[in-house]
Amino acid sequence: METALISPAKAWVLGFIPTMFFSIIIPIIGVVCFTYIIAKRTAPLVRSKPDPRLNSVPERLANMFKFAFGQYRQPRYMMAGVLHIVLFAGFMILSLRSITLVILGLKDGFILPGLGGAAGQVYSVLKDIAATAVFLACVVGMVRRGVFRPERYDVPKKYGKDHTSEAVFVLMLITTLVTCDMIFEGTQAAAQMQKGLHPEFLLPGMGAWMAAGILSGANLSVLQNLHLGSFFLHNLVFFFFLCFLPLGKHFHVITSIPNVFLMKLKKGTIKPVQWGVDEAKLDELKSFGVKKFEDFTWKHMLDFYSCADCGRCSDQCPANAVKRPLSPRFISIKCRDYAFKNYPIRGEMTPKDEHLIGSILSEDEIWSCTTCGACEAECPIFIEYIDKIVDLRRGMVDEGLVPQSLQKPLKALEKRGNPWGKMEKKRAEWTKTLPETCDVKLFENGDEARTLYFVDSITSYDDRMQNIARSTAILLSAAGEDFGILGKDEKDSGNEIRRFGEEMLFQDIKSHNTDAILGTGVTKIITADPHAFNTLKNEYTGLPPVEHISQTITRSIRDGKIRLKPVEDETKVYTYHDPCYLGRHNGIYEDPRQALDAIPGLKRVDMLKSRDRSFCCGGGGLMLFYEPEEEQRMGVMRVKMASQAGANVIVTACPFCLVNMEDAIKVAGLEGKMEAVDLCELIEMHLQTM
Amino acid sequence: MEILVCVKRVPDTAENEIVVNSKGTDIERGDLVYSVNEWDNYAVEEAIQIRDNAGGSVTVVTVGDGDAEEILRREMAMGADKGILLSDDAFNGSDGRGIAAILKAEIAKGKYDLILTGAQADDGAAQVGGMLAAMLDMPYASLVNKIEIISDKVIKVGREIEGGNQEMSEIDLPCVLSIQTGINEPRYVGIRGIRKVASIEIPVHGAADLGVAADSVGAAGAKVKRADYFVPAMGEGAEMLEGSSDEIAEKLIELLKSKGGIK
Repeated sequence: METALISPAKAWVLGFIPTMFFSIIIPIIGVVCFTYIIAKRTAPLVRSKPDPRLNSVPERLANMFKFAFGQYRQPRYMMAGVLHIVLFAGFMILSLRSITLVILGLKDGFILPGLGGAAGQVYSVLKDIAATAVFLACVVGMVRRGVFRPERYDVPKKYGKDHTSEAVFVLMLITTLVTCDMIFEGTQAAAQMQKGLHPEFLLPGMGAWMAAGILSGANLSVLQNLHLGSFFLHNLVFFFFLCFLPLGKHFHVITSIPNVFLMKLKKGTIKPVQWGVDEAKLDELKSFGVKKFEDFTWKHMLDFYSCADCGRCSDQCPANAVKRPLSPRFISIKCRDYAFKNYPIRGEMTPKDEHLIGSILSEDEIWSCTTCGACEAECPIFIEYIDKIVDLRRGMVDEGLVPQSLQKPLKALEKRGNPWGKMEKKRAEWTKTLPETCDVKLFENGDEARTLYFVDSITSYDDRMQNIARSTAILLSAAGEDFGILGKDEKDSGNEIRRFGEEMLFQDIKSHNTDAILGTGVTKIITADPHAFNTLKNEYTGLPPVEHISQTITRSIRDGKIRLKPVEDETKVYTYHDPCYLGRHNGIYEDPRQALDAIPGLKRVDMLKSRDRSFCCGGGGLMLFYEPEEEQRMGVMRVKMASQAGANVIVTACPFCLVNMEDAIKVAGLEGKMEAVDLCELIEMHLQTM
Repeated sequence: MEILVCVKRVPDTAENEIVVNSKGTDIERGDLVYSVNEWDNYAVEEAIQIRDNAGGSVTVVTVGDGDAEEILRREMAMGADKGILLSDDAFNGSDGRGIAAILKAEIAKGKYDLILTGAQADDGAAQVGGMLAAMLDMPYASLVNKIEIISDKVIKVGREIEGGNQEMSEIDLPCVLSIQTGINEPRYVGIRGIRKVASIEIPVHGAADLGVAADSVGAAGAKVKRADYFVPAMGEGAEMLEGSSDEIAEKLIELLKSKGGIK
């Protein structure tokens, strides 16, 4: 067959070097370099802590298809998300084309198996579209990053240099790749037309078609040179790009699909101190938590490599929003840079026996996290933060680096089982002010009941929050639950003890509570505190099923056990604030809303940030005692959001949220204009006595 | 530098409700939780920091019954190298001078460059440090909030004086210092740390070991005897505010405003 231009597999340069030489040497050098770089990048992972991630393969595959290939979380940021989807889909489609091009340099007329005939024609059109779309997405991306510079990508001075140039450079590489292919095909088509041969079909309007049009008047030697030049430039850039990826944030192109496959599956839990070490054998461990870099698990290191620097985590992080010294994005970036520095591509590896706290991370940075999980709910590739933060805290606790503000409540928890150091015998005092019609059984007195109401510390002891306990008891009575409380035998659930890194105290308290609960013989546990709910449900073992009161309420309404009367004040507009440990960590978004909507005449609006984008109130448990550096309180920002949504009543379903909201209303000067109430209190107020 | 820190196990004021018993002989001890005296904890932290910088060892010592061992372990978990428990039935009921005499007997058996006590104890009267120094015939500085090691012969100590000003003094070693809170930030001692030192043996020294005459200490040797405990009768002008925390706060603000305390 006569060809319009000499193909890359058959051409010569300077009359004596076959271009085939480049077709062989470029891929060889590229693959060797790439293999070497990847080997270097795996060096720290080999020295890391274990992390079993190969269980539940079907679930992992499903997640991978949904979140990696399906790009499910990308459109949460619409503009960036759509651009990314275009680039990603383009990459997927064009990867076949790129492989074809590499082999075309060796074997003339090569076609990938399965892409002959009609399938090939379809693919050809598809990749024309993909290449053009990628080209456009890159241009839009460059303009966006280079000209409009969204704030999300800013790098504050303390975190180092701006990352824009790397981003734009990579977009230029991609643009070059697709442009080369367009010219490669365009020159071929132009030459074919000039020689009167039937040109290959190019989809009108696409890049290759345009290249053919522009180049249709060029003479044959120019076309020939462009044809070969674009071909080899493509191959050169292709392999350069491959080797460039693992050097920076574009490592995610390689690591993020496995990273999604390897994601944490069990929400609401904290990883064990060390995988493979039984809770009973923790005493045998020489060190706790993450102190030096190699104390991270290999998966957590893979997270650092995978971070695409998109800044969504920090954009959602409430600690970052109130200017606490924490930005989850830079935890990843700093740790990645640290790994790159200590495990360089060239030169000797220099793993350091130094503490990360005090070198690249600071104590306040790590204590600033409320473990609300907003960052993890947002990350498109499921990078974990909470487990890392808790592991770092475990390391600090082990070294005695605990702020004074937290030492007192921790000691009180150890001595008295509650962070205020209140007397154990006063844990059930709130029951004394209950109406006579509501009888709360006390297991400590030998009473028997089918259901345990786990009250937890703040609701047991705090004057204001005791009202939640009373409302809960009244609701449980109304719903016909046969329930009791542990009284002095109940200790703090320990959700925050664990999350603040005091694992051994958590283990002690967990085993005490487990014994106390199992001793009652109850068949169900109900709590109105999402923090207790989370840890009892997800971290205690061997307990009867655990339910949050919002679930009990909704079921009781549905079953007709509870009937509600209409709202009295029609000027009130309610908004529901999703507590982190009910919503994000346990996926309970609808029950509380249904309970509210069951009150006749209640007007409810959702805040812009709600459900899995809910904005943390400031944190519960031990976070109430921590004195962070911050410009304002999270709660103040939150009540302002409620105000913007047009609400004048914030309904929460967590005692800590209520503390923070009520304080924030005062601080924000919104007293009289805004109020906060717990779901239990509100439902109890509207209880229709039968 | 060989450092000895005298510590005491006290009812933790933050985690107890202190109530005088009906006979007025003591406080109700049934529901109390105990911990190391706060001032002593700062002293131990300071000793550990000095040791970490200048070398040597830190020994913690306490006078008490078997239960007192727990606080020695806590301080050892913090970083003290060694604990000594001074315990004997004859020590019961000692006054401040008695405690100082017992400690002095133990200290005389060793060789210490620096002896630290807390400035006072939650349940004490801030007597022991000074008396101990006198009995040992050593120089003494009280309420110390800053220590600078100059050499193995002399150190500089600071004390806060009126108006937030700082006074610095030089003092020869060996010496006794009573330590004020705020001199440092004591490190956290977790359950894990305490378990790690759980099996370390703590020597117990009684009156005979120390060569202390049983009748010179304890209740027998006490020259100061506790006579009574009672809740003072409400005096004139004293007003107990009642109600919820919010109501109390509101009333307090009103009162302060009306008396010109706040404007």
